[in-house]
Amino acid sequence: MSQIPFLAIVLTPLVILALATLLTWVERRLLGLWQDRHGPNRVGPGGLFQAVADGIKILFKQDWIPPFADKAIFVLAPTIGMMTVLLSFGAIPFTAWSGIVGTLNVGLLFILGMMGLGVYAVVLAGWASNSKYALLGGMRAAAQMISYEVFMGLSLLGVVMIAGSFNLHDIVMAQTHCWFILPQCLGFLVFLLAGIAETHRLPFDLPEGENELGAGFHTEYSGMKFGMFFIAEYAGIILISSLVTTLYLGGWQGPLLPAALWFLLKTTSVVIFFILLRAALPRPRYDQLMALGWKILLPLSLLNVTATGTVLMLRAAG
Amino acid sequence: MSATVLSDRPPPHSLLENIAAQNLPPSGPTADVTRDNVAVVWISAATIRATLQMLKDHAQGHLMLFDLTAIDERERIHREGQPSSSFTVVYHLMSLDSRADEVRIKVALTDHAPSLPSISDIWPNANWYEREIWDLFGIHFDRHPFLRRILTPPTWTDHPLRKDHHARATEKPPYSLTEDQEKYEQNALSFDPSLWGMKRHSDHSDFMFLNLGPNHPSVHGVFRIVLQLEGERIVDAVPDIGFHHRGAEKMGERQSWHTYIPYTDRVDYLGGVMNNFPYVMAVETLAGITVPPRAQMIRVMLAELFRIASHLVFYGTMAQDVGQLSPVFYMFTDREKVFSIIEAICGFRMHPAWFRIGGVAMDLPTGWDGLIRTFLDYLPKRLDEYDAMVMRNPIFRARTQGIGAYTKAEAIEWGVTGPGLRACGLEWDYRKYAPYACYDQLDFDIPTGRNGDCYDRIVVHIEEIRQSLRIIRQCLEHMPSGPVKADHPLTTPPPKARTMHDIETLIHHFINVSWGPVIPPGEARACVEATKGLNSYSLISDGGTTSYRTRIRTPSFAHLQMIPLLSRGTMIADLIAIVGSIDFVMADVDR
Repeated sequence: MSQIPFLAIVLTPLVILALATLLTWVERRLLGLWQDRHGPNRVGPGGLFQAVADGIKILFKQDWIPPFADKAIFVLAPTIGMMTVLLSFGAIPFTAWSGIVGTLNVGLLFILGMMGLGVYAVVLAGWASNSKYALLGGMRAAAQMISYEVFMGLSLLGVVMIAGSFNLHDIVMAQTHCWFILPQCLGFLVFLLAGIAETHRLPFDLPEGENELGAGFHTEYSGMKFGMFFIAEYAGIILISSLVTTLYLGGWQGPLLPAALWFLLKTTSVVIFFILLRAALPRPRYDQLMALGWKILLPLSLLNVTATGTVLMLRAAG
Repeated sequence: MSATVLSDRPPPHSLLENIAAQNLPPSGPTADVTRDNVAVVWISAATIRATLQMLKDHAQGHLMLFDLTAIDERERIHREGQPSSSFTVVYHLMSLDSRADEVRIKVALTDHAPSLPSISDIWPNANWYEREIWDLFGIHFDRHPFLRRILTPPTWTDHPLRKDHHARATEKPPYSLTEDQEKYEQNALSFDPSLWGMKRHSDHSDFMFLNLGPNHPSVHGVFRIVLQLEGERIVDAVPDIGFHHRGAEKMGERQSWHTYIPYTDRVDYLGGVMNNFPYVMAVETLAGITVPPRAQMIRVMLAELFRIASHLVFYGTMAQDVGQLSPVFYMFTDREKVFSIIEAICGFRMHPAWFRIGGVAMDLPTGWDGLIRTFLDYLPKRLDEYDAMVMRNPIFRARTQGIGAYTKAEAIEWGVTGPGLRACGLEWDYRKYAPYACYDQLDFDIPTGRNGDCYDRIVVHIEEIRQSLRIIRQCLEHMPSGPVKADHPLTTPPPKARTMHDIETLIHHFINVSWGPVIPPGEARACVEATKGLNSYSLISDGGTTSYRTRIRTPSFAHLQMIPLLSRGTMIADLIAIVGSIDFVMADVDR
C-alpha cells in the first residue's frame, strides 16, 4: 500500500467534490437548455461560478437542528452519505496507473459494500428527523435502495464472470478487445436502472418525491447538512457513471486521446444521460417501482447470469 | 346574454308540473319567473326534503343540485309577490336532459334562529353547501353530519354574509390580541382526529395522520387535506378549505355594479375574463341590455383564449405533479404567447377586467388578427409534440389510467361539471346546452372521455384546447363589424360622445360614472362553461347602485368535495395525481 501516492489520496476527494459542485451547475444549465429557458447564467462566464455562490451561501446558513430530531443521528446521517460515496471512489481506476487502490482485488465488492452502507444515510436521516414526510421518504428509500441493490449485485455477476476478477483494473483490461456493454447488454440495462434507483434520481427519486413528500427524507435538513446530501447525490451520480464506464464502456481505454480524457469523456456522457432522464421522464408510483424491480429486473438479471454462464462454459468446453 | 336568446327558451315545466302534482299544503307552490326566465317555486321548510327527494327520484339520476345558497332578506325593499321571510334558502336544480327543467326552489325562513333539515343524504354535494350557508348566514341544518365552519376560521363568531355583519375591518375597533385569546386561537388549530370524524387506530395498527398542506407543492394553492394513513395507503382524507376566502360575495354588496368587475377576475385567477363573462351577462339580463354582435364575438374569442391559457397551466402542472419536470416549461411558454395576444388586446395579462356592462372596454387593436392567426398556426404542432411527450409516455399512463375514476352517475350526484363531467362520457357542455353570447353560431365539438379517470380528464382538457382554437379561428374569420358596446343608458362607462352637446346626456354620464348605474330590481343568474366547469353569478338587485346579493357558484368548490371519495384506498402519489387532474384553483373554491 505504501506505493499509493499521498497526493492521489488528497486530490481524489477534492476533485470529486469540486466536480460534484460543478455538476449542479451543469445540470441546471442543461435542464435550462432542454426546457427552453436559460438556467443560471449570471455569476461568472456562462454562470459558471453559480456553484461557488451557492456553496458560499449554503456554508453561511444557520446550522439548524430541529428540536424534535434525534440530534446525534441527525448529524451523522449526511456524514455517512458523503463518506461512503467518497470512499467508493478509492477503488475506481481512472487510468491504468492512477486511482487510489484501483487494483484492489475485491474492488467491486468494496464499492457495493459502500453503497450498501450509503442506504443508512437516507434511512437514518428519515428516521432521525422525526417528521412524517421525512419518515415516509426514509421508508421508501429503505425499500427501494435495498431492493435495487439486489439487482445491481446480480447484474454485475456477468461482468465478473467474464473478466474472472473483482479487481476493477482487471475488468477494464478484460475489455481491451470488446466493451462489456455488448456481451452484457442485459446486465448493463439492469445496472443502469439500479444505479438510478441507488442515487435516487428522477424517475426513481421517490425517497425525495418533491411533489408528494415536499423533500422526502431531507425535509428537515438545511444549511450545510442539506448541502452534504446534495453534493453526495451528485457525487453519487459521478460514481455510478464512473462505474458504468469502468464496467461496461472499457474504462480509460480508447485510441489517440490520453487515458484520463477517455475516462472523463465516457463518464460525462453517462452523467449527461442521467440529466436527460430527469428532464424527460415522470416518476412511477412506489409500488410500480417495486414491481419493476422484482418482476422484471430480477428475472432479467438472473437470465443474464445464466446466459453468461452457459456461454462461458460452452466456450471452455469447446 | 342577449334577451332574444333567453326568450327563445321553451316555457319551463316538467319539474314544475311534478311539484304542482304533489299539491303540497299549506300554500302549495307559487311559481314566479325571474328575469333570467328560470322558474322559482316557494316551498315550505316542512316539505322541502320530500319534494327534493321526489324530484330526484323522478329525474332518474339526471338532476343536479347545481347550487345551494341563501339570501338575507331583512333589508330588501323590492320583494313584490314573494312570501315574507328573514332568510331565504335557494336550491338551484338543473336537469342535464333539458334546459326547461331548471328551477330555483326557495324556502322562506322567518325564525330568529333559522333552521332547515339537511339534504346531504339526498345529494351528497349539499354537504359543503350547507356548511357554507351555516358559516356565512348562520342557518342551521338539522341532522347534518358535520356542520362546522368551512370558509371562516373555527374561532369565528359571526356570520359574515348577514346584512348586520360589517364588511370592512375599518367598521370595527382596531384589532388586538390578548395572550388568552392567542392561546385560544392556537388551541383551536391543534389537530384532533375525532373532531374530523377519523379514528386513531384500527384493530391492529395505529394510523398516521398527515397534513398535506396548507402549504405543499402539489395542492395548487393554500389547501389542506388531512390524511389518515396506513403506511402509504390512504384510509380517509378530509379536505379543509377556506384559507383563500376573501369574501368576494360580500364585496359584491359594497362595490358598484361596474367596479365589481375586477374582483371577478380574481375568482378563478387562471380564467381572466372568463369570470367577467357570467357577471356582466347577469347584470345585462337585469338591466335589459342587448349586447351588439361584435362585442359578443370579441367576448367569446377572449374567453376561449383564456380557456387555452388555463388548460395549458393545467396540462403542465398535471405532468409536473406526476414528476415530469419539463412539460410545464413548454406550456408556460405557450401560455405566454396567449398572454401577449391578450395583452395586445386588453393591455393586461392575467386579470384584464376587460368586459363591461353592455360590451367590452375597447375595440380590437389594429393587427389583432395577425397575432391570433400566428398563434393558431403555432399551437397545434406543439400540442402534437406534447402528446408524444406526456400522453403517450408509459410511466405517465401508469400513473393516471384507472386512477381517481368516478362514474357518470357519481359525477352528477356530486355536482361535477366541465371537463370532469365530460371525462365520464357525458357529452354535456353549457355552450351547447344553453348557448350564450354567440356560441350558437359557432361550430365546435364536445370532447368526451370514457372512464372518468385522471387520464381521461387530461385527454378532455387537451381536446378542448383544440376545440377552442377552432372557435377562435371562426371568430377571426367572421368577426362582425359594428359597435363594441350597447347603446343603452345603463352601459358602463356610459357613452361619452354627446355629453358636451346636451345636458341630459351629461347628467346621465355624470351620475353613471360617479355613483355607477342603478340597475332595476330583480333577480338574474347567468352561467358560463368556464375553464373548470360551470361558473354562475346569481345577482339580486334591490334597485340600487350595488348588488343586494352576489352569489358566485364556482365549479372548483363542488369538485373538491369529491376528494375523499376518490382517494380512499389509494396511495399518496395517486392522491397527488387526482388532485392535479381535478383542475382547480383555491380562489375559485373559497372566493
